[in-house]
Amino acid sequence: MAEKPAKVMIRRHTVVTRLTHWLNVLAVSLLLMSGLQIFNAHPALYWGAKSTFADPWLSMKKVEIGDAPHGITTVGGARFDTTGVFGWSGKEGMREQRGFPSWATIPSYRSLTDGRRWHFFFAWLFVINGLVYWLWGLIGGHVRKDMLPTRAQLKPSHILHEVVTHAQLKFPKGEEARRYNVIQKFTYLAVIAVILPLMVLTGLSMSPGFNATVPWLIDLFGGRQGARSIHFITMGLVVAFIVVHVVLVIVSGLWNNLRSMITGKYAIEVEAPAEGEAA
Amino acid sequence: MSATRRRWLTGMGVTLGSLWLSACDKLTNDPKFAGMLTKAEGLTRRAQRAVTDRKALAREFTPADVSKDFKANGTLRPQDYEYVALLENNFADYRLVVDGLVEHPLELSLAELRSAPSRTQITRHDCVEGWSSIGKWKGARLGPLLDRAKLKPQARYIVFWCADTLEQTLDGTGKYYESIDLIDAYHPQSILAYEMNDATLPVRHGAPLRLRVERQLGYKHAKYIMRIEAVASLDAKDANGQTVLGRGKGGFWPDRGYEWYAGI
Repeated sequence: MAEKPAKVMIRRHTVVTRLTHWLNVLAVSLLLMSGLQIFNAHPALYWGAKSTFADPWLSMKKVEIGDAPHGITTVGGARFDTTGVFGWSGKEGMREQRGFPSWATIPSYRSLTDGRRWHFFFAWLFVINGLVYWLWGLIGGHVRKDMLPTRAQLKPSHILHEVVTHAQLKFPKGEEARRYNVIQKFTYLAVIAVILPLMVLTGLSMSPGFNATVPWLIDLFGGRQGARSIHFITMGLVVAFIVVHVVLVIVSGLWNNLRSMITGKYAIEVEAPAEGEAA
Repeated sequence: MSATRRRWLTGMGVTLGSLWLSACDKLTNDPKFAGMLTKAEGLTRRAQRAVTDRKALAREFTPADVSKDFKANGTLRPQDYEYVALLENNFADYRLVVDGLVEHPLELSLAELRSAPSRTQITRHDCVEGWSSIGKWKGARLGPLLDRAKLKPQARYIVFWCADTLEQTLDGTGKYYESIDLIDAYHPQSILAYEMNDATLPVRHGAPLRLRVERQLGYKHAKYIMRIEAVASLDAKDANGQTVLGRGKGGFWPDRGYEWYAGI
């Protein structure tokens, strides 16, 4: 019988990481779903300062084809029949015109006022939580020690190796599992330093009150409709990240990963039991 | 992952998802939770007021930026008797009433409004629904008009009473109205527009007179203005405990849940 590799419990996540992670899960899910409710009030996107109603780059609407209503989504020049999901959805016989379906929005029924209330409440949680994370990450060294790739990790040969083993769903073991691998570091940095801050800045740029005070911010995004489009695209990137993140959490050891994000303890497999530490 | 386990996980996911959704709907309609969400609104307003310069001008655009498809929202053609009669006569009998907490109540014809100090601006109109259109507006500056009527010291807000009924209600609170504070009223870009894109203001955009209060969302830009009233508070109640102004939130849409300050 082959000997099972020994398991060592290490302290993976500090209490601040764990707390901010789960608060972020709550805030981002509610922001996402209330955001889709807000999007549904005008399910079309444009570039520049103003809406060009006849020519959105993305739209979801009900179109009568023959006698039957269809949900039609257009992206650029492409046109998709998305009946039941985008544009025209709901239970058979109770279908209605709406961008995203009711299972994706908060509240599930159509209410821009309620959507906005949820959105702007949890935006505060999201921003305050993010600031706590960043402050602690910078002062406590989490960003420098755990998030920034080391020189060795940045070697092209190492990056290539990581990409190949990742694609094979083989994950680092032993000592290598004590730290984030280089792909994790790049991804997490992109999310915490680029995508999530961009979400906040494009959100602020849609506020007409804020525009008058900080006019250069909205110019960065090419105008208010550009800011709305980038807010939407960035939301899509966040969703893509969450999907990949959750899948990788599952395939690389669901319970071990979950435990590490709840209790902080993470089991790594080592060749030989480390002295005194073996669990 | 075995098929049973996958089925089990999918079942769990669907169950949790629908629980989550119905929980969110329940919370939305729970007065305590809704009250908590609304508290953040006050925080947002105060935070915005703290970081923004209340005198800052909204961005102005060039004639080339003007939308050819400026969208009209809300009432597009008031059916209210008073308005229909005025429109039939091309607003020759129209008089803008300025009253409330003022020393000298005014009644101004369109000709008088047109000869008052004016301002022309090309600005972006942001609807709460998410779309934006750019238009050129010319109108009488609100500040000098209020000076002419001379506000009493107790006056804190300016209320705009409109001709259109947007929702049929038994108590008359379905008539459109809006209100702004004095800082916004005296902002140089706050005008009573009678021209849009170098032509007389069209009916669908609020003829004969609409408010332009740039830096706020579209619903603040009251159309079909008949009367301007200076008041001390927005939620005052009469002897019977009924709110005097609509439902007491300072505007048709604020009465229905939208933010009064409309800056986000």
